Amino acid sequence: MEIFVQQLINGLTLGSIYGLIAIGYTMVFGIIGMVNFAHGDVFMVATFISLICFLLLTTVLGLTSIFVALFIVLIAAMFFTSLLSWAIERVAYRPLRGSFRLAPMISAIGMSILLANFVQVSQGPRNKPVPPMITDVIVLMDSGSYQVTLAWKQVIIMVITSLLLAGFWYLVQKTSLGRAQRACEQDRKMAALLGINVDHTISLTFVIGAALAAVAGVMYLMYYGVANFADGFVPGVKAFTAAVLGGIGSLPGAVLGGLLIGLIETFWSAYFSIEYKDVAAFSILAITLIFMPQGLLGRPEVEKV
Amino acid sequence: MTVQTAESAPSAAHAGTGTAAAGSVMAHALKDAFVTGLIALGLFGPLIGFQTIIIDGALGLGYRPGLLAIIVGIIFAGRLLLNLTVWSPNRQVKARSGPTVFDRAGVVIGPVVKPALFGFAVLFPAIAIYGMGGLTESRYLIDLGILILTYVMLGWGLNIVVGLAGLLDLGYVAFYAVGAYTYALLATSAPVNDFFAGLLGETFWANWAFWICLPIAGLFSGLWGMILGFPVLRLRGDYLAIVTLAFGEIIRLVLINWVDFTGGGAGVASIPRATFFGIPFSAGEDGFAALFGLEFNPMHRIIFLYFVILALALITAFATVRLRKLPVGRAWEALREDEIACRSLGINTTNTKLTAFATGAMFGGFAGCFFAVRAGFVSPESFTFDVSAMILAIVVLGGMGSQIGVAVAAAVMMGGMEMLRNLGFLKQVFGNDFDPSLYRMLIFGFAMVAIMVWKPRGLVSTRDPTIFLKERKAVSGSLVKEGHG
Amino acid sequence: MATSPEKWDVDPILSVEHLFMRFGGLIAVNDLSFKVGRGDITALIGPNGAGKTTVFNCITGFYKPSEGRLVLAHGRAPTDDEVVEVTRIGERSLAVEGAGVFLLERLPDYRVSGEAKVARTFQNIRLFTGMTVLENLMVAQHNALMAASGFSIKGLLGLPGWTSAQRAATEKAKYWLDKVNLTDRADDPAGDLPYGAQRRLEIARAMCSEPILLCLDEPAAGLNPRESLELNALLRSIRAEHGTSILLIEHDMSVVMEISDHVVVLDYGTKIADGTPAAVKNDPRVIAAYLGVDEEAVEKVEAEIHQIETQAGASS
Repeated sequence: MEIFVQQLINGLTLGSIYGLIAIGYTMVFGIIGMVNFAHGDVFMVATFISLICFLLLTTVLGLTSIFVALFIVLIAAMFFTSLLSWAIERVAYRPLRGSFRLAPMISAIGMSILLANFVQVSQGPRNKPVPPMITDVIVLMDSGSYQVTLAWKQVIIMVITSLLLAGFWYLVQKTSLGRAQRACEQDRKMAALLGINVDHTISLTFVIGAALAAVAGVMYLMYYGVANFADGFVPGVKAFTAAVLGGIGSLPGAVLGGLLIGLIETFWSAYFSIEYKDVAAFSILAITLIFMPQGLLGRPEVEKV
Repeated sequence: MTVQTAESAPSAAHAGTGTAAAGSVMAHALKDAFVTGLIALGLFGPLIGFQTIIIDGALGLGYRPGLLAIIVGIIFAGRLLLNLTVWSPNRQVKARSGPTVFDRAGVVIGPVVKPALFGFAVLFPAIAIYGMGGLTESRYLIDLGILILTYVMLGWGLNIVVGLAGLLDLGYVAFYAVGAYTYALLATSAPVNDFFAGLLGETFWANWAFWICLPIAGLFSGLWGMILGFPVLRLRGDYLAIVTLAFGEIIRLVLINWVDFTGGGAGVASIPRATFFGIPFSAGEDGFAALFGLEFNPMHRIIFLYFVILALALITAFATVRLRKLPVGRAWEALREDEIACRSLGINTTNTKLTAFATGAMFGGFAGCFFAVRAGFVSPESFTFDVSAMILAIVVLGGMGSQIGVAVAAAVMMGGMEMLRNLGFLKQVFGNDFDPSLYRMLIFGFAMVAIMVWKPRGLVSTRDPTIFLKERKAVSGSLVKEGHG
Repeated sequence: MATSPEKWDVDPILSVEHLFMRFGGLIAVNDLSFKVGRGDITALIGPNGAGKTTVFNCITGFYKPSEGRLVLAHGRAPTDDEVVEVTRIGERSLAVEGAGVFLLERLPDYRVSGEAKVARTFQNIRLFTGMTVLENLMVAQHNALMAASGFSIKGLLGLPGWTSAQRAATEKAKYWLDKVNLTDRADDPAGDLPYGAQRRLEIARAMCSEPILLCLDEPAAGLNPRESLELNALLRSIRAEHGTSILLIEHDMSVVMEISDHVVVLDYGTKIADGTPAAVKNDPRVIAAYLGVDEEAVEKVEAEIHQIETQAGASS
């Protein structure tokens, strides 16, 4: 029982991170119908940007309040990651919009390889550990031999995720940007004819997705305390799995999928085998796509003849 | 980024008004380059300006302002230069229509290229030996030739799936792995060895394993293509790509974790070498050299391997050319063009897709078997997603469906990657810490993006019809569809 | 009114029986029954959104009907017992002496074309645009050629059985190219053809699969008057020379009234008229559906007609 509750907490934390990344996949797929392969690596770059910011603030500038530092890191990471994603869309995807269908996909794969190797070359291939930031925990249950703990950083992750999602939900549902986005999703040409700046809307979609991935990057760094250039691909695929599981194109679906994937992964590791946890994630991806391609909250696609 | 010039270009009338206009062009170009420089500063600032270094177990920061300044400076200057020349509003852009230079070149020299390339491929070992001045010295070049031909074959195999049938397969490396492991595990299997030892002599299995396993590996990979293909082929577009990627990764992870069976991350070593149809390339009396009255040289085996992969690649090409002219090949292409129309004509699209998937997988399996025998060692490291991405990049760069294009693309990409290994002189420029091979994948990723932006349809974008009444006319790439699956 | 039974009732090649098609809550086809006569040109007409294309998609297997039976008869019309038999045993088709019965709603799309021999064209033309005109016609003969190529094995080895089959297929393609006046464009990509030629090619391609029933979805759409006339001639010759029955959806009344033997009118997924072109043309419900008169007006007209008829009956 204790182990179960502990895994539940851990799974939800991990799931929040996946959910934040998954939104980037789901939004981009929704609006231009493309799997942004580089998104996982954008997330990885975000962990490095936040790592550098954090080091700059604490060791160089001597900031002592960890919360102020985290806040600044969050803002900086969101800014720089958004800029990166904006530039990627501009350079690698926009010239290919409306061309050969495979081209943006290949370009995205190339961009993913480019980002991972850029970080490897510029920051070195070794794991970069940061000292634990917030170590306080709340003991929820204590059976003598096993303590169920809720770490403060887990609370922070869940709270920030929920706040961001609420804000983001408002943005997409209630503002003119959200309306423009949904219009572009339906019919890009018509949206352009009605005076919506399609390029601008798509750029903003990439920027928002990247900003959320940046938040996920900060959380990931805080939670695991380590950054590595190779940590983009697998979390990226898992977040994509989350997006697909929740129903690609659906925002609540992405979050739900993220939480589910996080839970499945932690429970699988705890009760079955930690070696095969990635196999489990990949299998869920394949099984969902094959048997339930519309996901949990997505709309079924009707074949037009 | 050419869009910007279109947005901001002064009108043509402006261009004629002399110095005032030139001044505004210059000012505009400067401003634009300045903005680009700022963006570059934002992009490269954190990761190039700072470096995370581990000192005494703790993480610290290093600073590289000089490098950052150089990179941002290059981008600023480059953008400025481009704004004033190529993207200048004063420049008259010649409207081009019709086939591109490459397409036209392809049509004109097409008939010559094939025999010339074929001749070169056959004579390559002789040229290498002559050029390098000896058997042993030519080893590097011939090894490179083998590597390129392996990727040519993989490219041609994947071309059936992606280029002809229009099914995007991002997990092709899985079949390469299945082929390699089939040979590695069968050839090193003690029970199999003992079985043949009792039946046909002690050395039989070691000498014949490759030749017996080659067809088995191909068929087994093809079977795996069917097994994996069956559930996924209902999917369309990017979903198919993702699922194949997932399968590719699952197979690799299983190879790593199923230690009892596959040797895990350590892989399978001491795999029997290739033999000259049963005659080993050894220094002993029964060896190839002794039997043919030659002086023993380990290069004999390498040259033989070169011809084996050349033959395998040519079989792939021959089979593809033949299949294209058969109903099944036409159905593949029709499937790429319009799946619903195919079904309305009585074509069983599931079976047609499966045959394409399995045929492609089979050639991947042959190539994998060859890989195992050449290296004498296999491990999951060799079958990462990067390899799938590389093969796919070769197919797309070559121009989907074009045999020659794929061959040229494989030679350019693999040759280019290999050259990066040998840029030792750069050490003299950048200092001894500089390791050019680190930059291989970085440049590869960059090249993939650049090539897509430059030529999304690849080098040869025209399609050669499979049958004609009066005249063979190449079909323009803009009409050829890329498939939905 | 009651005369001798219509030809399509006596020898139907296709009987649509109580067809329903629902998409979620929307009922696109509502209890539709009609028959297509063997050797007839049958037109399915109706205002936009009446469910015509949905009926086509059900017949050709692209949609699974929610309910209903689609009986296709090879050779001769099956007896009622035979239809009951094949429905009861749960098979997709049944071969009886000198005939075959196919229940189309049980067949997947590619077998509707491949085995039941129902070919179709599409409202928005679906050619293999990157393949040449000739290649399009070769793909249409896939199943026959596939068998002749020994499922690729004979073909890979270049055995004579395959080469002669390939030659025969090319001859057939040439025949149809002549029929639709595209011989000169045989080696051009299909996507380069002008619109009217693409429509003709799509019909030729469907005919290359040797159908007994050809379903055409708006074959005259986008054609100019001269091309429409040519289409009429082509369809007539297909029926005369190949005995192929034709079912077509069409808005162009000059085509419908000119060539069809039998017209079925749909509105809101239900059949509102069924008969010869002349009979349908004067049907008040059809006129109302096309001119957009509301329901009440139709009922009023019907009531009046009824009244007149009864009065006429009473007075005689």
